[in-house]
Amino acid sequence: MTSRRPPLLLLLPAVFTVLGVLLPLAYLVLRAFGAEASELREIVFRTRNLELAGNTLGLTAAVLACTTAVALPLAFLATRTDFRPRRLLLLLGVLPLAIPGYVGAYALIAASGFGGTIQALTGINWPGPSGFWGVLGVLTLFTFPYLFLNLHAALRAQDPALEEAARLLGRTPWQTFWAVTVPHLRPAWLSGALLTGLHVLGDFSVVSLMRYPTFSAAIYQQYTAAYDRVYSAWLALLLLLLTAFVLWLEARLMRGVSLSRVSPGGARQPGTVRLGWAVVPAWAFALTLAGAALVVPLGTVLFWLTRDFNPAALADLWVAAQTALGAAALAAVTTTLLAFPLAYIGSRYGQHSRWARLTERAAYLGYATPPLAFALALVFFSLQVTPSLYQTLPLLIAAYTLHFVAEAVGPIRTSLTKATPRLEEAARVLGLSPLRALTRVTLPLIRPGLWVSAAFVFLSVLKELPLTLLLSPTGFDTLARNVWTYTEEAQYAAAAPYALALALSGALLTLLILRRETGRAETGKAEPQGEQTSPRRLPQVAPAPQTDTTQGTPL
Amino acid sequence: MTATLEPVRPMPAAQHGPLTLTDLTKRYAPGLPPVVGGLSLEVRAGELLTLLGPSGCGKTTTLRLIAGLEQPDSGSIQILGRSMTTPFVPPERRGVGLVFQDYALFPHLNVLGNVLFGLRHLPRTQRLSRAQETLALVGLTVFASRMPHQLSGGQQQRVALARALAPRPALLLLDEPFSNLDAQLRHSTRQEVRAILRQSNTTAILVTHDQEEALAFSDRLVLMRAGQIEQIGTPQDVYAAPRTAFVANFLGRSNLVSGMASGTSARTALGVLPLMQTASGSVLLSIRAEHLAFCSDTEGVEVRILSREFRGRDASYTVQLGSQELLIHEAGGLLRLENTLAHVRVTHAATVVRELGGQA
Repeated sequence: MTSRRPPLLLLLPAVFTVLGVLLPLAYLVLRAFGAEASELREIVFRTRNLELAGNTLGLTAAVLACTTAVALPLAFLATRTDFRPRRLLLLLGVLPLAIPGYVGAYALIAASGFGGTIQALTGINWPGPSGFWGVLGVLTLFTFPYLFLNLHAALRAQDPALEEAARLLGRTPWQTFWAVTVPHLRPAWLSGALLTGLHVLGDFSVVSLMRYPTFSAAIYQQYTAAYDRVYSAWLALLLLLLTAFVLWLEARLMRGVSLSRVSPGGARQPGTVRLGWAVVPAWAFALTLAGAALVVPLGTVLFWLTRDFNPAALADLWVAAQTALGAAALAAVTTTLLAFPLAYIGSRYGQHSRWARLTERAAYLGYATPPLAFALALVFFSLQVTPSLYQTLPLLIAAYTLHFVAEAVGPIRTSLTKATPRLEEAARVLGLSPLRALTRVTLPLIRPGLWVSAAFVFLSVLKELPLTLLLSPTGFDTLARNVWTYTEEAQYAAAAPYALALALSGALLTLLILRRETGRAETGKAEPQGEQTSPRRLPQVAPAPQTDTTQGTPL
Repeated sequence: MTATLEPVRPMPAAQHGPLTLTDLTKRYAPGLPPVVGGLSLEVRAGELLTLLGPSGCGKTTTLRLIAGLEQPDSGSIQILGRSMTTPFVPPERRGVGLVFQDYALFPHLNVLGNVLFGLRHLPRTQRLSRAQETLALVGLTVFASRMPHQLSGGQQQRVALARALAPRPALLLLDEPFSNLDAQLRHSTRQEVRAILRQSNTTAILVTHDQEEALAFSDRLVLMRAGQIEQIGTPQDVYAAPRTAFVANFLGRSNLVSGMASGTSARTALGVLPLMQTASGSVLLSIRAEHLAFCSDTEGVEVRILSREFRGRDASYTVQLGSQELLIHEAGGLLRLENTLAHVRVTHAATVVRELGGQA
């Protein structure tokens, strides 16, 4: 039963995942090298590539710096200070995830400039965001939750005894913060930073709207306007190379970092810092952030909605909502189904097994591949190999599944730590076949995890743009697609209802997941007796890009 | 704990013991030494047998092999005369009960649900009464609707026991079932579990690394080292007459002294000592710490007291005799000072043991 190699039936999904991602990418390479040597040289050594690489890397670094500057103070305020209500900060740190970057960009563009919301309401012609600073602002405002969630969880779980020990060894609170607290945040920061980095590398919508050329923006431009297949394949390859570099860097920095808490650690919470007069800047910080990330986008959407409301558009909205929800629900089911065996292998066959690591990598392969590059690869692949699948729903759902499966693996793996192999063995000894043990013991125990996984994927697919744009059947208009199309044409009023529907459903799901997670954390705390006997001291040594429910929820 | 169970299961045919292991071998990797190497053992009906040994000696693996949670590389397992190894019988068809070290209670089921879990083979009408009967046996009737996390460690332990006992297994396996309890609870729970097993006339195998637990709990003791049986016997026999130096040391620390034997006595650094059995030539003797006593200066040998540990009921001393250190337990009497000289003599006959790893 403790054989090192998982059964073939469980390995098949892993193999399917790897093939599903690698085969299309192979076609991308094939396409990229399918040109004359002289043409290749001309393409690869264009100075524009260098400019794009510089822009992309610079933007990623800047966004990481800015999101850290926002997320760290917010997480600290929400966990370690007497700032009340803490729940407000938690909401503030999570809700921006419900607003897709392009909706945020749309809102900020539609709010400013000549004829924008701000001018209409106050008469001031506020300069519109564009270029590097515009992109930086929007991406910071709507991706900082990735870091916030990780840092928040890490700050809360940190062993208070470590900081107390530092104080007793003669460090001031400030020195303790830098010498003990911050170093312990490194793994959490790294996995959050990886998610943010992947997001920035893969984002084409915000950069396109702000007219800031990065690899993703260039690929989209090539695809829609110029449609130079060889060049767009090369751009996608270069972007993949850049992503691989970021992954390597993260793995390198993560090496030797232990995530586990050394001391057993009871339910003791870290102490709180008294803010005193500093509560004023703290509130100012929170309110500014809330204004920029939540009030302005929502206000703008509502402003355009009331200003130019067309009742006839309601029918279109209804159709788009149905399409989007249907596709999201379908993808949520298929992705959770694929994620279960992957999570099961990863959790049951341990960190030591080659196979377990392989399946883990397989899950993250699709997630780390920039969606636009993946979509392009799938376009080439399907046109070449299975033309009948090109621009069909099955291909689109398969693409969603392969891309988002990593998101679904995290929560299932977390819940599998509760459904230990010991419990399955107990069921076997009590007379159940392996399959029955799975359905009667393991599945009931991980049901909450399955729901969270499905909800994550549902939300992600709802917001998803690049895969939808390149792969969806003609006439397949989702909420996201309509926001994008109308915003690109500067029809802010027409985009408003779709943006609102998207933001609201996103917010609703986010709140549901959040409630479920915090609710679970509290019940977990309320069972000290169970704690002393059951083996819950399993160190949470998560692999690098762990999309845990508490650490890094890529919504 | 007043309820009783009618005699468990139909009595097995006389020639078939509940469990027979023959030359059982298991290795985890081809190159490594076997975890369990050629183990043979016969368990009698109704007895409480303990597998005792240091961690890593293969006792838990043996238990998992019997339960069918691991597959042996060679050798055979027979339960009630039925072969479990050719062909391999999966755990769900072996009819053995297992109490896990961490209890492995199903957290999504309440106490009653946990106990009912293994009763699917019974007719529907009998399940509930059987579960309640078993809960009464372990004294947990009032907790039937509690969830596992609402119970104390000792209560969880008894639920685990009830769950394993409810299907009336031919053989109950207990994998260090008391190690998660604190010292005081461990003692009382051990007595309760022993009483319950006796009352239900269950054949049980207990795995433990705690020698005190093994001595107190079992009818027979199996001492294991490096995947092999070192000695089998009743607790009294094994304690009184350890066959090897390892057993002597593991089962209540013993003093090992070398000497020259001839007939029923041996010459040693402690003087000429009487022996339990006749021997000749160079031998290794085991002398229990309580079989050494301080005496007046006119008899015995002189030793230096290195350290003292007062333990209430008695005191233990580490003394130096030449280059060797000896352990002495003394009950009552005055406490002696550390770093002083004293005289020591042997009060009981010594046991000849096999050297570590050597042949007798």
